[in-house]
Amino acid sequence: MPTVHFTDAEGAVRDVQGNSGDSVMETAVRNGVPGIVAECGGSLSCATCHVFVRDDCLAQLPPMEDMEDEMLYGTAVDREDNSRLSCQLRLTDGLELFVTTPETQV
Amino acid sequence: MSTNAVENAAPAAAAEDATPSGTPARTGLLIIGASQSGVQLAVSLRALGFDEHITLLGDEDHRPYQRPALSKEFLQGTVESESLIFRSNEYWDEHNVDLVKGEYIVRIDREADGSGVAHSSSGKQFPFKRLALTVGARARKLEIEGGDLDGVLYLRNADDALALKARVGDAHDVVVIGGGFIGLEAASSLQKMGKNVTVLEFGPRLVGRAVGEETAEYFLQAHRSRGLDIRLSTSAARFRADDGGAAVSGVELQDGTVLPAQIVLIGIGVIPNTQLAEQLGLTVDNGIVVDRFALASDGTTVAIGDCANMPNPVPGSAPGERIRLESVNNAIEHAKVAAYSLTGRREEYAGIPWFWSNQADLKLQIAGLCNGYDQTVLRRDEERGKFSVLYYRQGQVIAADCVNAPLDFMAVKNALAKGQNIPAEAAADPATPLKTITTDS
Repeated sequence: MPTVHFTDAEGAVRDVQGNSGDSVMETAVRNGVPGIVAECGGSLSCATCHVFVRDDCLAQLPPMEDMEDEMLYGTAVDREDNSRLSCQLRLTDGLELFVTTPETQV
Repeated sequence: MSTNAVENAAPAAAAEDATPSGTPARTGLLIIGASQSGVQLAVSLRALGFDEHITLLGDEDHRPYQRPALSKEFLQGTVESESLIFRSNEYWDEHNVDLVKGEYIVRIDREADGSGVAHSSSGKQFPFKRLALTVGARARKLEIEGGDLDGVLYLRNADDALALKARVGDAHDVVVIGGGFIGLEAASSLQKMGKNVTVLEFGPRLVGRAVGEETAEYFLQAHRSRGLDIRLSTSAARFRADDGGAAVSGVELQDGTVLPAQIVLIGIGVIPNTQLAEQLGLTVDNGIVVDRFALASDGTTVAIGDCANMPNPVPGSAPGERIRLESVNNAIEHAKVAAYSLTGRREEYAGIPWFWSNQADLKLQIAGLCNGYDQTVLRRDEERGKFSVLYYRQGQVIAADCVNAPLDFMAVKNALAKGQNIPAEAAADPATPLKTITTDS
């Protein structure tokens, strides 16, 4: 089962098991991980599911499309090189993903 | 749904006064409407430390789900129903929220202290200490001849979407009535699914007052160039069935033309659900009238989301200006305000509304409310398929419609939130990023 380790801005860690095919955002929201807002439900309209991906995990993720790239310029906490929108990150079998949520999403 | 959330709850938070008669124990807060705003209210209350038992009650036989995808990804089959569910059952159990499905509240008896009992159409009773109405809105019906034929459909909830999906396979021709967001989203989805789609719009342009003229015209041209048959200033006279059958076969227009249709999908707006509020004696006027703290006229019931008529939350709005917003963003933000009110804090609702609508490959994002604008600035990048309109009032940017232009949308949304301006002259050059010309106004 894929697992996502969410670290919040204060350093608290929450490990959530997800299902292959679901997005990291869905996995977070369904389980009430507080650092992910996701107002638009994953339709790439709101940029409130921003995460920082641990560098050694980046290569396992799908490449970024233009729309995600542009939306990331509007996040509440400025993007960094390891920024992604978690609605665009699909879980795959055996994936072990470490992400940090920003201090705020709105 | 778990039936034992109450027993599992921490003692301090358990519902009180359990009765043996099958009536559930009295809940601390009864939220009527398992909607986006109802879900957010429960979530926000728990985040604020509200420790009383919560009952989240809805009239549908589904766990609370996200509506926006019904006309898009869900209809097209690119997402499964499970991924529309807001929260896992475990989440509700862990947070001492009792989820009640399939109960339609028909009457509420109130005591002077605000507590009361809600009665459902199935005869069940739900006693509560305090009440929240997140009852949303219902699809406006088109009352013309043939309106009850099989295949004449609406799209408001999951069952509507399932009914539509079940018929799509056999249909060749679809007539969509209403050129608003729902109609155009569904029309785009159905066209993508290979249907021959015609959109009838009663008014002279698309999307009514939700966007300005330029945006409406842009969508008209964009959809037509993608092969969608859109007819403005056109309305249906009646729906017809072949040989007196029960299923719709065509739409007869006012001029006598008949368009073949095995599905008619009607999206002509919604009506706020105010029946319970009226029965409670609350002030109702195009929705349940609430103050800046999401409190209805009795001072204790909260009413939020699509069903609520509230003071315009945009900072600087004219005093007394009221508005009813139908959007996910409003459902969420209004719920947060109500959660404060229910926990004894007073936080005024203030914020910049925003909206989105995805139609074919057109991704519309709207920041702010454009009503009352006296100037527009167009930014168009034909090559990259980007289009934005910025709206100004007395030189101050107040809103923007952005198509496939998230940078523009984000720049305007952030500027409005910070009370900043984007000078019109500089904004007219589409090559200039708006973020770089934002000024403190």
